[in-house]
Amino acid sequence: MIVQAIAFYLFAAIIIASAVMVIAARNPVHSVLFLILAFFNAAGLFVLVGAEFLAMIMVIVYVGAVAVLFLFVVMMLDINFVELRQGFLNYLPVGALIGLILMIELIFVLTAGTVTPVVPAATGAPIPAIGQVTNTEALGAVLYTRYIYLFQASGMILFVAMIGAIVLTLRSRDGVRRQDAGKQTGRTRAESVEVRKVAPGGGV
Amino acid sequence: MEQLLLSYLPILIFIGLVVVVGIALMAGSFIIAKQEPDAEKLSTYECGFEPFTDTRGRFDVRFYLVAILFIIFDLEVAFLFPWAVSLGEIGVFGFWSMVVFLGVLTVGFIYEWKKGALEWE
Repeated sequence: MIVQAIAFYLFAAIIIASAVMVIAARNPVHSVLFLILAFFNAAGLFVLVGAEFLAMIMVIVYVGAVAVLFLFVVMMLDINFVELRQGFLNYLPVGALIGLILMIELIFVLTAGTVTPVVPAATGAPIPAIGQVTNTEALGAVLYTRYIYLFQASGMILFVAMIGAIVLTLRSRDGVRRQDAGKQTGRTRAESVEVRKVAPGGGV
Repeated sequence: MEQLLLSYLPILIFIGLVVVVGIALMAGSFIIAKQEPDAEKLSTYECGFEPFTDTRGRFDVRFYLVAILFIIFDLEVAFLFPWAVSLGEIGVFGFWSMVVFLGVLTVGFIYEWKKGALEWE
């Protein structure tokens, strides 16, 4: 039990510290690496509350994929980051405002039960004890049937993201010679070889 | 709950070990080695001449496209895991729910394939 408490405070402290470093680090690549550290510790916190599946998905999706994407974005933007940092304090009020709004929303979500007892009953599915059903199974039991509209909506969002990424970034280039096996083997002698009479000393 | 966390104890021990070893190596080299800091020791060395460009050049945008397409299918697979585990429980409705989800993404996949987004040139 004491190990659990120590692990919680350790993970929480590292998350907050690395989140501060994400916006405070001078080098944007270091910022991304701190972001990855924060993701890892969030996965640790998920394990501590018993949400195994979410923890593993956090590592696979956020650390594996989203972090790579962030690195690409950082590499792709050809911005002078020293100049960018000059205006850092100007954005601080906006960032603080958004953070405040998010925090208020979280408090509303957590305390909705005390305002009207109907809310938790309407939104929360009954959660079976961890000893009886594994985490993944409990998710699967409600995700595809009870929350089918949200599930299909997430599918549509992924679809739109896929189409959007292709439309925005894909452009065909001229002068690229692709390999086309059928066309290459289908060449005949008549269209590729030509016999010419060459006069001695004249050249072609 | 206790049982679950107990199964993660080896990972916690390993993390602790990694932190200790990492700190020990860095502190050891800091204490034992001779410290003579010099700006030239940290400067870029490129076979004798000054570096032409910055190390962080711009990437082609198609790396980004491949990465974003990878994430989308990564998420799709993440949705498949709970479905596979609880398929016996959720029955035919859950099965077809997932088939529709996969169908939508397959339409996107066909679009992507036909558009040539997977070809590198």
